[in-house]
Amino acid sequence: MTKTLTHLERLEAEAIHIMREVVAEAENPVMLYSVGKDSAVMLHLAKKAFYPSPPPFPLLHVDTTWKFQDMYNLRDKAAKDAGMELLIYHNPEAVERGINPFDHGALHTDMWKTEGLKQALDKWGFDAAFGGARRDEEKSRAKERVFSFRTAQHRWEPKAQRPELWSLYNARKAKGESMRVFPISNWTELDIWQYIHLEGIEIVPLYFSAPRPTVERDGLILMVDDDRFPLRDGETPVMRSIRFRTLGCYPLTGAVESNAQTLPDVIQEMLLTTTSERQGRAIDKDAGASMEIKKQQGYF
Amino acid sequence: MNDQVYKTDALIAEDIDAYLTAHQNKSLLRFITCGSVDDGKSTLIGRLLYDSKMIFEDQLAQLESDSKRMGTQGQDIDFALLVDGLAAEREQGITIDVAYRFFATEKRKFIVADTPGHEQYTRNMVTGASTAELAVILIDARKGILTQTRRHSYLTNLLGIKNIVLAVNKMDLVGYDQATFDQIVADYTAFANSIGVTDFTAIPISGFKGDNITALSDNTKWYTGPTLMQHLENVELDQASDQSGAFRMPVQWVNRPNLDFRGFSGKIAAGSIRPNDEVRILPSGKTSHVDRIVTFDGDLEMGVAGQSITLTLKDEVDCSRGQIIVAAKDPLEVADQFEATVIWMDEADLIPGRSYYLKIGAQTVSATVAQPKYQINVNTLEHTAVKTLDLNAIGVATITTDRAIPFATYADNRELGGFILVDKITNATVGAGLINFALRRAQNIHWQATDIDRAHHANLKNQKPAVLWMTGLSGSGKSTIANAVEKKLARMNRHTFLLDGDNVRHGLNKDLGFTDADRIENIRRVGEVAKLMTDAGLIVITAFISPFRSERDMVRNMMQPGEFVEVFVDTPLSVAEERDVKGLYAKARAGDLKNFTGIDSPYEAPETPEIRIDTTAMTIEQAADQIIEFLLGA
Repeated sequence: MTKTLTHLERLEAEAIHIMREVVAEAENPVMLYSVGKDSAVMLHLAKKAFYPSPPPFPLLHVDTTWKFQDMYNLRDKAAKDAGMELLIYHNPEAVERGINPFDHGALHTDMWKTEGLKQALDKWGFDAAFGGARRDEEKSRAKERVFSFRTAQHRWEPKAQRPELWSLYNARKAKGESMRVFPISNWTELDIWQYIHLEGIEIVPLYFSAPRPTVERDGLILMVDDDRFPLRDGETPVMRSIRFRTLGCYPLTGAVESNAQTLPDVIQEMLLTTTSERQGRAIDKDAGASMEIKKQQGYF
Repeated sequence: MNDQVYKTDALIAEDIDAYLTAHQNKSLLRFITCGSVDDGKSTLIGRLLYDSKMIFEDQLAQLESDSKRMGTQGQDIDFALLVDGLAAEREQGITIDVAYRFFATEKRKFIVADTPGHEQYTRNMVTGASTAELAVILIDARKGILTQTRRHSYLTNLLGIKNIVLAVNKMDLVGYDQATFDQIVADYTAFANSIGVTDFTAIPISGFKGDNITALSDNTKWYTGPTLMQHLENVELDQASDQSGAFRMPVQWVNRPNLDFRGFSGKIAAGSIRPNDEVRILPSGKTSHVDRIVTFDGDLEMGVAGQSITLTLKDEVDCSRGQIIVAAKDPLEVADQFEATVIWMDEADLIPGRSYYLKIGAQTVSATVAQPKYQINVNTLEHTAVKTLDLNAIGVATITTDRAIPFATYADNRELGGFILVDKITNATVGAGLINFALRRAQNIHWQATDIDRAHHANLKNQKPAVLWMTGLSGSGKSTIANAVEKKLARMNRHTFLLDGDNVRHGLNKDLGFTDADRIENIRRVGEVAKLMTDAGLIVITAFISPFRSERDMVRNMMQPGEFVEVFVDTPLSVAEERDVKGLYAKARAGDLKNFTGIDSPYEAPETPEIRIDTTAMTIEQAADQIIEFLLGA
């Protein structure tokens, strides 16, 4: 008797297999948790992979202090519900220098996220970090391995990637070197949404449309999430019915005007939309190969 | 092309719930495209993405501007630019790695492995093919069957891909001529038969113009087969055959949340399983019955190939990572020597005889590759004699593992018959292999025959050789007890030799440190030395921490049955640390000594040692007597 597995069942089984390989082979794994929809799926898969044990690793949030308030709320709740330890890291230099997205541009991402991540991995000595990156997100990600080897300096060498055959992952490394592991490499944005829908996974309410205070700036609709948002002359927050397709630091994340209040609505809107997911992120707007350069430097 | 609009859009807009239900039940096909830049491979993939609406407006806008700036199609859209990912590749205009692309139609979801076609990228193509169920082999209709076509066909067939599509591309450039197409198909049929490919589907297409990609083209009215997309949507998946075989599941991880639950987690590689089915654990051969099939979503009535599950068994049987749970009535073969086809993937050549890690399923063992029997010329398929394999070379060689492993031939099961080789120093994946069949060591390897054999050595000494293997924490008393045992045996006129951890590290193993890999190599060498000494008829006494169960088992397996006596010198960490004879624990606690067993490096206590010495409850004298009694009484 044959039971044809659906594409989501196969993707789920693959992700679980990858997570178990890491736990079996790494000494000190951690799951990076950014509170977005991909993180929500990753956390859900981790619960499945090790059930009835709780996932045998902590969650790590490399925080910038500039995330949406709704994200912080869900972060703490999700970790507690999963019975997992939640580690939160702030780059002390960024704290001290008051690095923020309004005054420091690209430095903001570099200090809080890229440098912060490296510091956090070193601090706790993690040798394998799960990330929720997907190959469909961006061209240079399409070639990233599932087990992505990083030097002791956290660099990614695209030309020295290990061949990855069948479902055999080589997790061996020397002291100080580490792995970034991407269990949902083969998922697409639609798969993520559909899985959230099917499995009833809790996500940040910002993915759903609601009236929110906004300003329009440099072609992006930005949400005024707290009183740190410096309004320019003539700017007054306007209530708009908006939602977010991707979540990051609130001053860097563009909203879309929308009436999608349910998951099917959101999926429908995503499928009918004419722009790709990352378009709302300021980080990818530079030269065509910007993501590849950021990754070589250690950005997730 | 425009009249062929997928119905998807309308359904999404009108009834998203119906769309989601339909999409949710789609199956998944992974395929690989083979061909060189000149064959229009990237163009074809770009076209598939475009025609299945996987390109957003912002991507299209960038594509249009990119096409004008660096495209090769004049003012037209250059689809190839969509898929050539890395910046370096874009500059050189070639694809140098494996990239994965995703698209979906109404019936299926697809993952495409996009790999380069040149000979120097054979390893990339092999990588892409390893997970593919179907291969699209592109041919330029103007050029017909080329060397590279043969190479691609050979490799896809080697990697076990059963569905082959011959996409005769650039039909627009030969005036959509049927005779040209027919000639290419006839040529290919002859070649395919010669390499054992009995079935393929040939489709005349133009990736650039879109003919026969998603809609049958008016330009090829003589062609009555499916479009490329139709074929991809309807071809039968490998899943059915995977599920029909006997049950096999490599154990990835033992799930022990508490003392009452012990589950074995893994992804089913073949067959299906139900509660109460009888299973066998390999290589130990122990049997039990399935109790539950545990998942987060509740227990299953049946698990099938492709699912990740956790099994609990009705009996308390030993089972750990790397072992394979199989149908009791239809187990796998277990062997320690194989003939395999090896694909070399590293800049540094294969070194025959060197020990590499071999990972197969969830198991990693040490293995050596003998000098290849021959190398296969991937262009002509000729066999040539070689001494080694260099980057991208494919050869056939004998592989010997340091312990017997359960396996399937690659032809039977990709997941249980495919392996990778990892360099022990650089940790790079240096090769991949496909098991062809097991070789029986006794019949096929001829050790140097000697007239004075091990039995003769032992008889001269009037004793039975043995290895008394002391294992335990640093400071547990191994060396002290070993010394006492040797003195007593000497008084009884027994011929002995004591191998002590510290002493061996000053000589034979002075190049080794204390990383896991070095500890393993340390024990492997000591095991080999001990083995030679037992061949000489000696009673060997060893005193090594030997913290890992697998290495102690490795040594056990080197010896004749019954000759290995594992002596667990069982001293609790707190007691050993309290004694701290060499002052090492203090250093380790202070962080001055890294990888110290018991502190920051694990000690895996023996589960069933022949002898257990409780040093907190007996004297050295008593311990030595207990060991000698076992040895001479046995």
